[in-house]
Amino acid sequence: MRALLIILATLLCAQLAFAIDTAPAFDDPAQQARYERIIHQLRCLQCRSESIADSGVTLAADLRRQVRDMMAAGKSDEEIYQHMVDRYGDYVLYKPPLVARTLVLWGAPILLLLGGGAIAAFVIARKSHLPDTDPADPGLGAS
Amino acid sequence: MLRFIIPIGLFVTLVVFLAIGLRRDKETLPSPLIGKPAPQFELPRVEDPSQKISSREFAGRPYVVNIWGSWCFACRDEHPVLMELARRAEVPLVGLNWKDELPAAQQWLKQYGNPYVATAFDPQGDVGIDWGAYGAPETYLVDARGIIVFKYVSPVTIDVWEREFLPRIRQAGVKGE
Repeated sequence: MRALLIILATLLCAQLAFAIDTAPAFDDPAQQARYERIIHQLRCLQCRSESIADSGVTLAADLRRQVRDMMAAGKSDEEIYQHMVDRYGDYVLYKPPLVARTLVLWGAPILLLLGGGAIAAFVIARKSHLPDTDPADPGLGAS
Repeated sequence: MLRFIIPIGLFVTLVVFLAIGLRRDKETLPSPLIGKPAPQFELPRVEDPSQKISSREFAGRPYVVNIWGSWCFACRDEHPVLMELARRAEVPLVGLNWKDELPAAQQWLKQYGNPYVATAFDPQGDVGIDWGAYGAPETYLVDARGIIVFKYVSPVTIDVWEREFLPRIRQAGVKGE
């Protein structure tokens, strides 16, 4: 039983160890790190919940190749992102720019936090005005 | 009274957002290339790879670019529609064979018929990416000025053609003259 569990756990890890590109794209570790950072910022257009770094579809492989080629050609990060945005729009970026159209997207977490905080403060404030004792259970809360 | 306002308010907000989410088409990405000049390309022809096909050949009048591949199941469904559109000859259909292999692409055109005035061979997929393609089939309408005026993702049907493409083709032709 225990051996079986270990085998199952190992199999689960195998999924995580699965690599898209087997060899590193660049010999220089700094360039490789930059490459990894860029491809994690670009969305795969065929499987929208994955970055092109994680996706196995061929379009993602083509886009990774384009990123490598542009890096080898000495393009800056901004030029590479712009190349993708020109073709696929802001949606290709996992961090879209803050413009009028994406205001709700960027503002939603703050709005939700403020709204939730306001509701919580309101409920706590109201409850704290209630007597400590419960008329139905006079023993409760009495010290 | 107050105790109901918060949960009902939250519920209504949730319903509104879910309703918006359900009605939106999340499959079709808006293309940033609509209203922009169509990307130029020069590629080998599928029919005869020793010859080149250039986007310049189609300049000056409206044309349609259809992105397809022999690996694409939906393209198989679309193909009879393209054959019918080729028969109607309202606008030239230019094929862009995307991320495919030459023998498979040639076999496809031989077996199912060739609706295209010419088909460009793009095995690396870079030209398709220039056009903002993220799947196949995708169909683009370019007007006489060389501007992409419309893009349709997924198989074109006769209904879609008559509703979405034809009115724009009439407009696209007039604008350029």
